[in-house]
Amino acid sequence: MSRMYARVFAIFWKDVLSEIRTKEIVTAVLVFALLVLVIFNFAFDPASGTTARIAPGILWVAFTFAGILGLNRVFAIEKENSSLAGLRLCPVDRMVIFWGKLAGSFTFMLVIAAVITPIFLVLFNLPLFLPRLALIIVLATLGFTSVGTLFSALAMNIRARDIMLPILFLPLVVPVIIGAVETTACVLAGGPWSDMLTWLEIMIAFDIIYLVVATLMFEFVIEE
Amino acid sequence: MKNGRGKLRDDLLVGLGFALMLAALYMALIYAPTEKYAGAVQRIFYFHVPLAWVGFLAFLVVFVGSILYLWKRSVIWDAIAWASAEVGVVFTSLVLITGSIWAKAAWGIWWTWDARLTATLVLWFVYVAYLMVRGYAREESQGARFSAVLGIAGFINVPIVALAINLWRTQHPTALIFEGGLAPTMLVALLVCVAAFTVLYILLVRHATSLKILESDIENIKNLRLE
Repeated sequence: MSRMYARVFAIFWKDVLSEIRTKEIVTAVLVFALLVLVIFNFAFDPASGTTARIAPGILWVAFTFAGILGLNRVFAIEKENSSLAGLRLCPVDRMVIFWGKLAGSFTFMLVIAAVITPIFLVLFNLPLFLPRLALIIVLATLGFTSVGTLFSALAMNIRARDIMLPILFLPLVVPVIIGAVETTACVLAGGPWSDMLTWLEIMIAFDIIYLVVATLMFEFVIEE
Repeated sequence: MKNGRGKLRDDLLVGLGFALMLAALYMALIYAPTEKYAGAVQRIFYFHVPLAWVGFLAFLVVFVGSILYLWKRSVIWDAIAWASAEVGVVFTSLVLITGSIWAKAAWGIWWTWDARLTATLVLWFVYVAYLMVRGYAREESQGARFSAVLGIAGFINVPIVALAINLWRTQHPTALIFEGGLAPTMLVALLVCVAAFTVLYILLVRHATSLKILESDIENIKNLRLE
């Protein structure tokens, strides 16, 4: 068991190291997410007293779009120099590869969220200290990345891959997006825990179900 | 590929489907009473509900076919899942269209972000993506594998989406059918329509499946010649 963790960690660490050296995913996606926030500013006038109503939506649309870009890169880097073939040749279970890649994209997404969320809160003049929002982000990111890692690997192998990932990914994560927007609205409005409990439960259920499903399905996506 | 018995079974199905479809038209348009409040437009319900039922059945078949394909790796399961997805997308599109026509008359709007409408639309997107994965796959077996993965992951999503969107908002008329809120004559008409559309579904999937198997046979023969 501990050997399995070591292997998952090895694949995860390889992604982290290459990211630290190239800064290909996090930097680019961060700038993109910030741009989406700024563009929304023009699309909806947040000064007109509607901030509380539209802010959660803006945050999650920015985060979802950024997530798609990031998830696309996670397997695109494996496609270059055929490193995917090398990964496939590793004497490890397919599950280990999935968990390693998942841990990588989960970490990248959290780093991105940790930077854009405070900027978002500042830009829209919202309260800064929101520990409950952190919980929502972790739950939603886990859901996004478990579905996203599976479909990123799938989309990498077919034609029109850049457009196929969002088409596969978005309909499936609808429950997470609704849950994240509703709970974020509750947090920003300072609502009680009880108001967001059902949504948190749905998000947790989604995370568990798709972690299991994606783990089981991954071998069919990666086999040659 | 089809032997005599298969042909006979097909002919019987076509005959049954034709008779049922005529009966369904009669039942929906003449036999069923006009609804007191909604008027004649309510009759679209006799097509809308069977279409929705068949659409859901089709996606259930995709789910089962996908699991069996990944397990047994037999082309026939893949062909059934694929054929069923095609029919399911067509029927679900018709559900959305007939629903919109009814909504315009009953609610005064074509579309609303109600729970069932939204859930159906999300489902429709999942299976459109399924067909797209087929189209963009680099080879036949890869398309079969990838779309099977989506056929499973997408179907598991149905209850979660339904639950989430239901909590979010709902406006659709509740399922009166199961609560006895439907006049007996209306129920009979509905059941005949459901039967007619189910037979139509079976016919379409049978034909599409055998077509896909023939196509893959031809593909195999072509590859043989090339080697």
